[in-house]
Amino acid sequence: MAIKDYLRQRFFPHIWCPGCGHGIVLSSLLHAVEELGLAKNDIVMTSGIGCSARISGYVDFHSLHTLHGRALAFATGVKLAKPALNLLVPMGDGDALAIGGNHFIHAARRNINITAIVMNNRIYGMTGGQFSPLSGCGKRATTAPFLTIDQEFDVVKLAKAAGASFVARSTTYHAKESTLYLKKAIMHKGFSVVEILSQCPTHYGRKNKEGDAPDMLELYKDTTAKLGSKALEKNPDLIPRGIFVEEERGEYCEEYDKLVDKAMGGAR
Amino acid sequence: MAKQKLKELVINGDWCKGCGICIKFCPTQVLELDRQDRCIAVRPEDCICCKMCELRCPDLAIEVITEKGEGGDHEK
Repeated sequence: MAIKDYLRQRFFPHIWCPGCGHGIVLSSLLHAVEELGLAKNDIVMTSGIGCSARISGYVDFHSLHTLHGRALAFATGVKLAKPALNLLVPMGDGDALAIGGNHFIHAARRNINITAIVMNNRIYGMTGGQFSPLSGCGKRATTAPFLTIDQEFDVVKLAKAAGASFVARSTTYHAKESTLYLKKAIMHKGFSVVEILSQCPTHYGRKNKEGDAPDMLELYKDTTAKLGSKALEKNPDLIPRGIFVEEERGEYCEEYDKLVDKAMGGAR
Repeated sequence: MAKQKLKELVINGDWCKGCGICIKFCPTQVLELDRQDRCIAVRPEDCICCKMCELRCPDLAIEVITEKGEGGDHEK
């Protein structure tokens, strides 16, 4: 099946700005789904609110466009009711870690078999470019005309500490790599988090003088390095990319099934 | 991997928003913007079918169709 067959083509061209990284994440995700040969009817995508959350309207899977930050809560419900389905939950940085921060850490703690994709553009794009908990220090935003003083979350470290059993990071420049990590994350049994750095040329790029979309992609090439690479060893300030955690742990739906069996005393 | 040969570079002009990502990162400068700021293939004969334009296009507007593969119907 071609990538286009997974799209609701009647909604195209999409609403994202020219050069927005979210389109590249969508493309990487569809390539991953296509390469895995998953059926449309076996996939559920839930999303919250924001530019990134519009993604669930463009894919021809089962989709839920839900409350701000609550995509993972809805996904948990769907997964427990129908454990055979594949749950994909793309979220923006604010959606995942500010408004939905608690849902994020608790889904990770339970290790429920859901694939969370954090499309990190470091800004609230849809509402006009306010800074988010992932903007970082010394960044300009509409709500930070004198630069931000807030430290940012590290998605990888947070997910790792909260108990996610698969954690990876990539960027929109490294589209092939993103597809590979997304494939692994979907196949992984347990809670998997893939952070994809995604450019917002309209707000973040313009305010922080990072240039247009191609320049921002170039920046991802220059400021990131593969885990275990010489470049990262020489310059630890680079943002590491790669798979940070990949381990097997008891999955929540399976544990729940075991509990039901135990409670029923084998009568089920 | 066998060298792939380009069959067609399909660019959906209605979906392209002219961001220029494909043009900047094309290793053989196959693509350019036209007067309406839409991407067009000006030198398709130079295409090496790396498909990076297709993978990085934020508008999902590019499709690189090669002689081999893509459902197998072009296979020789």
